[in-house]
Amino acid sequence: MINFILRNIWQRIILLIFISIISHAIVHLAPGEPALVDPSNPRMKAEDIQRIRASFHLDEPLHIQYIYWVKDLASGELKSFKDNQPVVNKIWERFLNSLPLFLIGTMITWFLAFPVGIQAALNRDSIFDRSSTFFSYALISIPGFFLSYLCIIFVVKTFDVPVIGMQTFGLEEAPLLLRYMDRVWHLTIPALMSAIAGTAILSRYVRSQMLEVIHQDYIRTARAKGLPEDEVIYHHGLRNALLPFITMFGLTIPGLIGGSVIFETIFAWPGMGRLGYEAIMARDFPIILTLNFFSAILVLLGTLVSDILYAVADPRIKF
Amino acid sequence: MNELIPNLETDGLEPAKGLFRERWDILKRNRMAYASYWFLISMFGLAILGKVLTQTVVMFDPKVVRLSEKFLPPLTPFTSTLTPEEDSPALGVYLLGTDELGRDVFARMLEGTFVSLTVGFVAVGISLTVGIFIGGLAGFYGRVKLGFITVDTLLMRFVDIILCFPTFFLILTVVALLPPSIYNIMIVIGLTSWMGTARFVRAEFLSLRDQDFVVAARSQAIPEWRIIFIHMVPNAIAPVLVSATIGVATAILTESALSFLGFGVQPPDATWGNILADGKTFLFDAPWLTFIPGFTILFVVLAFNLCGEGLREAFNPKLRSTP
Repeated sequence: MINFILRNIWQRIILLIFISIISHAIVHLAPGEPALVDPSNPRMKAEDIQRIRASFHLDEPLHIQYIYWVKDLASGELKSFKDNQPVVNKIWERFLNSLPLFLIGTMITWFLAFPVGIQAALNRDSIFDRSSTFFSYALISIPGFFLSYLCIIFVVKTFDVPVIGMQTFGLEEAPLLLRYMDRVWHLTIPALMSAIAGTAILSRYVRSQMLEVIHQDYIRTARAKGLPEDEVIYHHGLRNALLPFITMFGLTIPGLIGGSVIFETIFAWPGMGRLGYEAIMARDFPIILTLNFFSAILVLLGTLVSDILYAVADPRIKF
Repeated sequence: MNELIPNLETDGLEPAKGLFRERWDILKRNRMAYASYWFLISMFGLAILGKVLTQTVVMFDPKVVRLSEKFLPPLTPFTSTLTPEEDSPALGVYLLGTDELGRDVFARMLEGTFVSLTVGFVAVGISLTVGIFIGGLAGFYGRVKLGFITVDTLLMRFVDIILCFPTFFLILTVVALLPPSIYNIMIVIGLTSWMGTARFVRAEFLSLRDQDFVVAARSQAIPEWRIIFIHMVPNAIAPVLVSATIGVATAILTESALSFLGFGVQPPDATWGNILADGKTFLFDAPWLTFIPGFTILFVVLAFNLCGEGLREAFNPKLRSTP
């Protein structure tokens, strides 16, 4: 077991190195660089651009720049091009903002998808099954920002609650309960919106997994033993259907960064996705690279965790 | 020998229906998928018609700006005296209203239909080409050793690396850094979505490469590229094409998401995505600018998804509900 984990970690570290090299190459080879973001600024003189380029090591060859980046990242001294703040602190701050959004979104996804998927599988070809299938396709097909706009208008008009940003401006002095309620409103709508597509996809997976399991011999055996139907479904069926979802759970972790760009932009939520978006707009290479690196770490961590959990949960897997 | 051959035919050994005919009948039974299929066909017709009309007929020109005719709701008849007569919309009615520059939304949607579908199809075409190439290489030459690792390991680790990038973030990075152009968007969407196809084709090739027809082809000294592309790819392609249907839907959605952030297809080219993204500013004054492209995207993407799912069911006997 220890061997298995160590080997997995080792492989992932090698992958990570390659990922960082490739992402470094993509970002630096693409046209457009930090000094050229604002070409019309009259105060930017040629020598200023030279000075900026020199201080960011942009004149060095690519591999030297890569080494600078790794060295600075390791020592925690990597600074953003834009405001000279330490990159790791900036990302950490945004990470703490993104985390509640991600957690609530994931919770909504998993708590909604499972009951719907199981119900649909148990009553195959019923009206519920057909309509949930249709609705999940419709929800996958609708552009996320379009739905979010409709939802914002609906909430603002019906409940008279603003939902943009992390809290309502000017409520800092309000009583605790009010502030708390305000926070819940601001958190729920974006979390719900970012959870919708995931819920639709996951419920389809749950349905097909349950359908596959329900026709297995051991379910027939359990029924033949005279077990109550609930026990057959939830104890014998669901437990076996759950296995592939260990993998899926690991794969949702990178959604912390990539999946949130749109929704954090719409809801003006100062999270990691928005940080990445702003960094791209400003050609802030250290932040883009480090965010990419973190998200690669998250992906690899997710797959590692799911591999280990899978091995723990399924006794058929040998090391 | 000569007598045997007519016997074979009269024995009815020929399959009653061809493979595609049979699959087609299964698809037909899924009413939603079948309806989506016809909806998409009519959409393609509309796209081509729209391309021709917007290019040739002045009445349909989506770029005509009529500043006196801003924000007219759908179905407003053309009555303006300030705008010259030759700039009047088709049939003398703004079927879907006008936008903030007085452009005819109907004409813009017509133009956008062609552009959006092109973005979807070209992006998927690129992703299929790369995916089939990489997957085929890994599947067919998988056992060949390059130094200390096999081709298969090399290529599949490469796929793993690409899979680790957050796709949308990667697209955004590249699109933001490259000069904005419709071709860059198609290429970037295509180049970031081929990994699934590659894995699929590789898996199919692994099971195909030891089958008798491939061994027979090898024994006849048929060149390897012919074996790969003429003999093996057609046998592996059906499931890939099915997932490509859904890929088109995803590409259209990605383009609209990019448009929302301002990196999509740039004006004056119209796509559903950028009409929607532009319209959101006027959500309260001119809701039709948001709702028309929004619901068009919803219906078309939904049709692609349902059609793809129907095809998947037809081509995968395991998923069929009624045998």
